[in-house]
Amino acid sequence: MYNHILSIILFTPLIGALVLLFVPKENKDAVRWIANFFALAGFLISLPLVPWFWAQRFEPGFKFMEGAPNNWIPSIGAGYVLGIDGISFLLIMLTTLLGWISILSSWSAIANRVKEYYIWFLVLQTGMLGVFMALDFFLFFVFWEAMLVPMYLLIGIWGGPRKLYAAIKFFLYTLAGSVLMLLGILFLYFHHQHITGIYTFSLTSLYQTAPHIYNDYGPQVATLLFLSFFFAFAIKVPMFPFHTWLPDAHVEAPTAGSVILAGVLLKMGTYGFIRFSLPFFPGVLSNPATFMHMTMRGWMIFLSIVGIIYGALVSLMQKDMKKLVAYSSVSHLGFCTLGIFALNSAGLSGSVLQQINHGISTGALFLIVGILYERRHTREISEYGGISNVMPVYATITMIMFLSSMGLPLLNGFVGEFTILQGAFMERWKWGAWAVPGVVLAAAYLLWLYQRVFFGTVTNPKNEKLHDLTPREVATFVPLIILAFWIGLYPKPFFQILEQPVNHAISMVRGPDYVQPGIVNAAAQPAAIVPSATPAAIVPPAGTPGMASPMKKGKN
Amino acid sequence: VGALGLSASDYVLSLPITLLTLFALGILLIDLMLPKEKKWVNAVTALFGVAFSAAAIWNPFRENILTYLQAQRFASHPAMLNSMLVDRFAVYFWYLFLAATAVSILMSVRYLETEHENHGEYYALMLLAVAGMMCMTAGYDIVLIFIGLELMAISTYVLVGFLRRDRRSNEAALKYLLLGAFSSGIFAYGLSLFYGLTGSTNLVVIQQVLARQVMTSQYRPVAVVALITTVTGLLFKIAAIPFHQWAPDAYEGAPTSVTGFMSVAVKAAGWAMLLHILCIGLMPMRSIWLPLLVFVSIATMTGANFAALTQTNTKRLLAYSSIAHVGYMLLGLIAGTPTQLSADGIKGILIYLLVYTFMNLGAFGMITSLRHKNVIGDELDDLNGLYSRAPVEAVLMLVFMLSLAGIPPLAGFWGKYFIFLSLIESGHYALASLGVLYSVFGLYYYLKIANAMFMGKIEKGEEKLPISFTMRAALGVAALATVYIGVLPNRFIELVNWALGIVQNPAVARLTH
Repeated sequence: MYNHILSIILFTPLIGALVLLFVPKENKDAVRWIANFFALAGFLISLPLVPWFWAQRFEPGFKFMEGAPNNWIPSIGAGYVLGIDGISFLLIMLTTLLGWISILSSWSAIANRVKEYYIWFLVLQTGMLGVFMALDFFLFFVFWEAMLVPMYLLIGIWGGPRKLYAAIKFFLYTLAGSVLMLLGILFLYFHHQHITGIYTFSLTSLYQTAPHIYNDYGPQVATLLFLSFFFAFAIKVPMFPFHTWLPDAHVEAPTAGSVILAGVLLKMGTYGFIRFSLPFFPGVLSNPATFMHMTMRGWMIFLSIVGIIYGALVSLMQKDMKKLVAYSSVSHLGFCTLGIFALNSAGLSGSVLQQINHGISTGALFLIVGILYERRHTREISEYGGISNVMPVYATITMIMFLSSMGLPLLNGFVGEFTILQGAFMERWKWGAWAVPGVVLAAAYLLWLYQRVFFGTVTNPKNEKLHDLTPREVATFVPLIILAFWIGLYPKPFFQILEQPVNHAISMVRGPDYVQPGIVNAAAQPAAIVPSATPAAIVPPAGTPGMASPMKKGKN
Repeated sequence: VGALGLSASDYVLSLPITLLTLFALGILLIDLMLPKEKKWVNAVTALFGVAFSAAAIWNPFRENILTYLQAQRFASHPAMLNSMLVDRFAVYFWYLFLAATAVSILMSVRYLETEHENHGEYYALMLLAVAGMMCMTAGYDIVLIFIGLELMAISTYVLVGFLRRDRRSNEAALKYLLLGAFSSGIFAYGLSLFYGLTGSTNLVVIQQVLARQVMTSQYRPVAVVALITTVTGLLFKIAAIPFHQWAPDAYEGAPTSVTGFMSVAVKAAGWAMLLHILCIGLMPMRSIWLPLLVFVSIATMTGANFAALTQTNTKRLLAYSSIAHVGYMLLGLIAGTPTQLSADGIKGILIYLLVYTFMNLGAFGMITSLRHKNVIGDELDDLNGLYSRAPVEAVLMLVFMLSLAGIPPLAGFWGKYFIFLSLIESGHYALASLGVLYSVFGLYYYLKIANAMFMGKIEKGEEKLPISFTMRAALGVAALATVYIGVLPNRFIELVNWALGIVQNPAVARLTH
């Protein structure tokens, strides 16, 4: 089991889907039980990974490697190679957890074509896990594309009134980005063959050769290649201005679909940036040459900051709760990309942690909206008011998740956003300064939403008889709340898990000699983490003297 | 050593063609004796014909007889006084035709019963068409190629008009006949000029004379005219824009089972002929036909994808989709340098034709099975709510649609993969980007079909769709092939390498063994 744990985690949902094929569709409860069983099994089976991974968290390289290069399609050099590092480990745990929660949350929300629904959902689960596990570029691409199909069907069949439009838009948009990436992949593949004489899509091999493209073909070709990957990932994240599919898809998707979409699917884009764009194109990111008055890295930061502010402003004026949460995702993911392209350990580890946080809190927000929608079949904010009077438990959970999402200290969102901002300030104070309003705006739109929906007296007579959460619904929130507090109060283990891969990624972009100001070498002092529990290890960067240390003391 | 100056090996090598012809004639005879309710025997006979023909192609079988006869072993065998070359390329296509024909026959049985046109001639014509295709594919002599083309074309004209009582079918047959005859005339004109220029009808001789003498002589302009007319004829046959007008009408009007057969087997034969003529006979003129093909390919991808968007008839939509696929395949010929073909490009075309055969036949099979009682079933609306009427088949249709759109890990992806790979390899980045973006574009109209099936509402409260056993078998074979080739393509890539005589990359071999 130890040697094949990744394959087991990967295929458990798929086996569940195959088993479901043989269950008669009239027996809806049996279908539900079996689907939930496999979803829970998928989560439980991924739990042994935690101690096993923890034991080797500081070791370099990918862990739990499976398969061999080129063993799948030898004639083109594609292999079934799986492996994880700290980044993919966290995302995989998030995926298995959210997959289970979403399937649990669908019990009563999905009433027609139940069997199909669970089959596609489990297939989707395998597709997403595959994206995070694949260490062969071809395998990655197959999972990346194949997972669009079940998501398209989930939105298209079980979605809201404009489901067809949203489903097709989602599919076409993401496919358009990823086909260009395929061309980029092929270029890397031939480049690798030119250098080594070997045709392979193996990621570890491509890591050796791809950075040389900048010198071999010049900055222009390398920039174009970077862009071919950028479109695929930026559309998925989604970065401004490629975000327009997201509100449609989120609003129309069924609740569980939204949870997975926000919680996991969007992370595939940021994961792609970290896994591929950074190590493949260090030259492009450090190239001082400007393109339309900005360097390539400057553009990435610019788009991230615009996304943060724009997403928050648009959230502020939404009338539909789900749309509000959808746009808040654009804002939150802007923080994640900002952290990535800050290109330092703080920014990158904060970004990964914020991705997990976003999965937890925004996943929960979609569940929260879904619960109201299930009871009232409307998401208009003006339809509600004073809900805390009739649904106190619900209101409490919502408050916790809202605070987590807006980044209140002691909860998870704060740690992620703070670390990202720290990383941004370390590079340029302006980057951080422009991003900070996003935090304030997040508090504005979430608290205002809370006030309108929950506070006051019940304004709409239809809301007087709403029943509070059922035990099943509470169960969907419990793990998320625990995680929110855990990351908020004691993020150290998460940073430890991220330390090795993040430093490795940074050294691949910045070169092995690059020493991040204030970051202690991981090999020399494994206990030192980012941001460290020992504030002395962090030297506040010039220009931001008061920023780093005082807030950090408060957190630990 | 026999009559007509033919040797025994000539007969062995052409045995698959002979067998098909004999079976076709046999069906015509048996049909006379069959009572009306036993007409399915014709289909079984045709399937046996296909099976025997396939067995006769089977390499060890052929090799044994040839060794016995001549005690010689070559990878390829010229036959019929050097007019035919049964090489691996030909064998690959022959099997492809036979597989497509077998699936088409399975799809036709119930359909012809529903249409009350269950005549033996249908199967006989199909087998004769395949015999013609085999001549086209193995032909190294433009006369044999042309005879094969006409045998195939005339059989297909009749098949298109097989529904005598249906006006659309008659109209389609007439249009197809007129435009087909016209294009054959242009094609023959071009070939006759080449004969005049080179003094030979053999493709290899034409190539040599063109390269050594004509292209540097004063007759070069004549050769260009001959090239343009020949290529026009070829592009007519594979339905590339701007020579595509016959295809949507013929596809829509023809009996659906014939449309499926036409869109894969007839098209593959046209491609085999095109590859032979352009890559052997007219290879010295590559620098001239290359820009033509670039134009045609871009026009085809653009025109077909846009035209497909607005179609409301499924058969017509798939007709435009099949034209669009021709556009992608042409990119495989464009890849490479002005003097050199890209091996990966040709490989891409061959794989494309292989996977296209199964996925497109599957799609047309599904539309064929919608024809029942009084429902014609070829409008997009007829697919509405198909999922609740025939869940398994609807999922299979989804597989075919996604495969046509090129979503991995389904077979259709591999055709596109190798085409775009060859373009990147030879530095045609702009064309590659255009091609992939059009393939995204294409997804839209394939999803229209998926939308109708899974998300559309059933209009008249229809009951379960009756699907015959043979149709289920045909759809099963097509879907299995589509998924299997998609997930485990290695064997098929090696098969195509074998067909093209490409040696497996030693670097890859080193890494894996």
